[in-house]
Amino acid sequence: MTNTISDVGDAAGILAIGTNTTEAHPVIGFEIKKAVRKGTKLIVANPREIELVRHADVWLRHRPGTDVTLLMGLCRVIVDEGLADASFIAERTENFDSFKESLQNFDLDSVAQTTGVPRKKIDEAARLYATNAPAAIFYAMGIAQHSHGTDNVIAVANLAMLTGNIGQPGSGVNPLRGQNNVQGACDVGALPNVYPGYQAVTSEAIQKKFEAAWDCSLSAKPGLTTTEIIDAAHRGQIKAVYIMGENPVLSEPQARHAEEALRKLEFLLVQDIFLTETARLAHLVLPGVTFAEKDGTFTNTERRVQRVRKAIEPPGDARPDWWITCQIGRKMGDRGFTFTSPPRIMEEIARLTPSYGGITYRRLEKGGLQWPCPTTEHPGTPILHTEKFTRGKGQFVPLEYKPSAESPNNQYPLLLTTGRSLFQYHTGTMSRKVKGLNVFLGEELVEINPRDASALGIADSDVVKVISRRGEVTAKAKVTAVSPAGVVYMTFHFAESPTNQLTNPAIDPIAKVPEFKVCAVRIEKKDTRLD
Amino acid sequence: METIKLTINGVEVKVNRGTTVLEAAQAANIYIPTLCADPDLEPYGSCRLCVVEIEKIRGLPTACTTPATNGMVVHTETPAVNEVRRTSVDLLIANHPMDCLTCRQNQQCELQQVTAHLGITERRFPRTDQAFPVDTSNPFFDLDRNYCILCAKCVRTCDEITGINAIDLAFRGYSARVATFGDKPLIESTCKSCGECMVRCPVAALTPKETRRPIHEVKTTCPYCGVGCQMYLGIKDGQVITVRGDRDNEVNGGHLCVKGRFGIAEFVHHPERLTNPQIRKNGKLAETTWDRALDEAAARLGQYAPNEVAVIASAKCTNEENYVLQKLGRAVLGTQNIDHCARL
Repeated sequence: MTNTISDVGDAAGILAIGTNTTEAHPVIGFEIKKAVRKGTKLIVANPREIELVRHADVWLRHRPGTDVTLLMGLCRVIVDEGLADASFIAERTENFDSFKESLQNFDLDSVAQTTGVPRKKIDEAARLYATNAPAAIFYAMGIAQHSHGTDNVIAVANLAMLTGNIGQPGSGVNPLRGQNNVQGACDVGALPNVYPGYQAVTSEAIQKKFEAAWDCSLSAKPGLTTTEIIDAAHRGQIKAVYIMGENPVLSEPQARHAEEALRKLEFLLVQDIFLTETARLAHLVLPGVTFAEKDGTFTNTERRVQRVRKAIEPPGDARPDWWITCQIGRKMGDRGFTFTSPPRIMEEIARLTPSYGGITYRRLEKGGLQWPCPTTEHPGTPILHTEKFTRGKGQFVPLEYKPSAESPNNQYPLLLTTGRSLFQYHTGTMSRKVKGLNVFLGEELVEINPRDASALGIADSDVVKVISRRGEVTAKAKVTAVSPAGVVYMTFHFAESPTNQLTNPAIDPIAKVPEFKVCAVRIEKKDTRLD
Repeated sequence: METIKLTINGVEVKVNRGTTVLEAAQAANIYIPTLCADPDLEPYGSCRLCVVEIEKIRGLPTACTTPATNGMVVHTETPAVNEVRRTSVDLLIANHPMDCLTCRQNQQCELQQVTAHLGITERRFPRTDQAFPVDTSNPFFDLDRNYCILCAKCVRTCDEITGINAIDLAFRGYSARVATFGDKPLIESTCKSCGECMVRCPVAALTPKETRRPIHEVKTTCPYCGVGCQMYLGIKDGQVITVRGDRDNEVNGGHLCVKGRFGIAEFVHHPERLTNPQIRKNGKLAETTWDRALDEAAARLGQYAPNEVAVIASAKCTNEENYVLQKLGRAVLGTQNIDHCARL
């Protein structure tokens, strides 16, 4: 997030696009609803009738995969009606003219046609966003998980810059990070192209810095992403994988392919708290511990580094994950793994990561710190880009509509989009162990619009087969108008109905994010008498 | 912000304009009994216990709904005030169960505190025979309307804080009660089970099914989702038994969702937790020692060229753990094939 959770209430306008906030980030959902109660205008752009729709001033029910067109349409209205922030554009941005010219390709009638959103609503939403300053944009995986996810993010940034909604409380571009420490894992370099602090592996100076710090020689070539690692394992190029606390057998697109790939490995090491679907395939399983049994830090969606504190002893002979990895490092003869505790590891992170330079456990005792926090005197940075952007001037980028990699056709006439439930978490390793949560949602339900259901002769709770080009999954149907006609919706929390066996591994060329939000499927009622 | 001065029980109190008389008294450590006021909720004025006398103002205004003004002179403990409070509490306890010792809220009950403060030692009004069945349909907390004092904190929480509006006050007069749409059990309502209502209930009308109380608490960060709510884990006998939102932080201000509040102890203490290293032998995983497991890990990982090996770190693990794992991948295994499930 460019901004903080606590300034949600300062927003006069909020655009929530591609986020089902009340399900995936419930406490931020509370804050958005509280703001609306006090007069903040809310625009919700979502194909599904999510809970926030009930609180919205305008609901843009666009077709999945048409976000760029919708956002460019909003920009077009704002420019046409003279609602853009001319002084912000002049002082803080560049390339506006070519962006403005590209808006000519987004004739508003064709925008309405592509997105399925009536033109009147697009006008209304654009005016609401542009005239209620400061306005904040919230988005999540509904923007990112597309084969053109990078374009979606750029479109969001264009809209925010066009109206000067950057750098002040209640404004900003606020991606909501899904898992508890996805921000932190990225920050400390668990990515194939950057060292801790997003320092590029291709930079010679950075390479030298880390070679000196770690007393080793390093490769200057970016590595593979998870999805690419799986593919390389399937091809036999990758032969050994060390997985800590991840369950790709359920979370990867085209999951059956992922399982096949992991089975081909010569050596699979899985470190986890349960024998997950992935751990079952391992040659070596190492028992890690939960957050309650170890010290450390998580970094939340607003870049706030916060303490995790050991509250109880681990069960049996389970050990903290940092300890396990350090032991392996020592056994392999490296002297850089003699850390005796997490605070010592944070000292090394702070030394090598400029944005974490001022973060110490002692300071965190007083509360979380938001990076960039370069020195121990620095108070942290609640709001980014207040004076200038990281690159200096904000760059407008002209965009064009790119269809999703897969569209419904005669054989696969429905569009499948995926998401998360409030009552479960990711692949369910933790949340499905909690009986009470399973009372609320204990199995996969395929959301299908009454119109499609009746055409297929499907009634609520019927068992159905969902079939894509990559596999088929069985689950119960939930007949509901929450999903629009032509669109079905599933989560990916349940191993018994592994939704990701259906999803499309087509990835965004830059961000390498798979297209979980759009693939083509057909649905058949399962004849349970045959079973 | 403009500061104003008022006098409460002869003590001069300085507060910001916009502060209520109740908040001003609390800031000055002057106790005014109340059952319906909550710092997170808008003033409501229903329990009538915070009535005070204010010079030059007629009647007995409620402190929670009256803004403090400059020069105001307030008396919180006059005979008239206490007579009204006493009658109000007499009415509240007329039908309230008197099983305090075995009640889930014993020693945490605000009605108990208020009754003690007013020195009430007997029930003045006779008990009637109205009895409600207990709604135990929610897996994490119960709704027992027999204890309810109709302060509406739960109803207001579900509206003002969570925006879910699963419950409201229904029916009138003596039949008035907290109800879901259609008076159905909670589990059949739109309730999302966040438990914010339960946290604010002053009596035992909304209580957790987990009735043990922790010996000590440890502040930490929730392991679900990227919001990063701050919470206290309540510990007893080496087990996490309760979770409480931390009010003093900018992230969640004490709020939690159903997973954070109720979804932790059971997975942490689940019998299927891995407790020993396991190594595959003859196709099956079998328990082994740490020494052997770590030797195996080091020996096997060391066999491969950098382009044959990969490391997948975790968005669920700590920064320190992700750091050491990416360092192992880069510095020891020599590979840049390092990722985690950020994209998934």
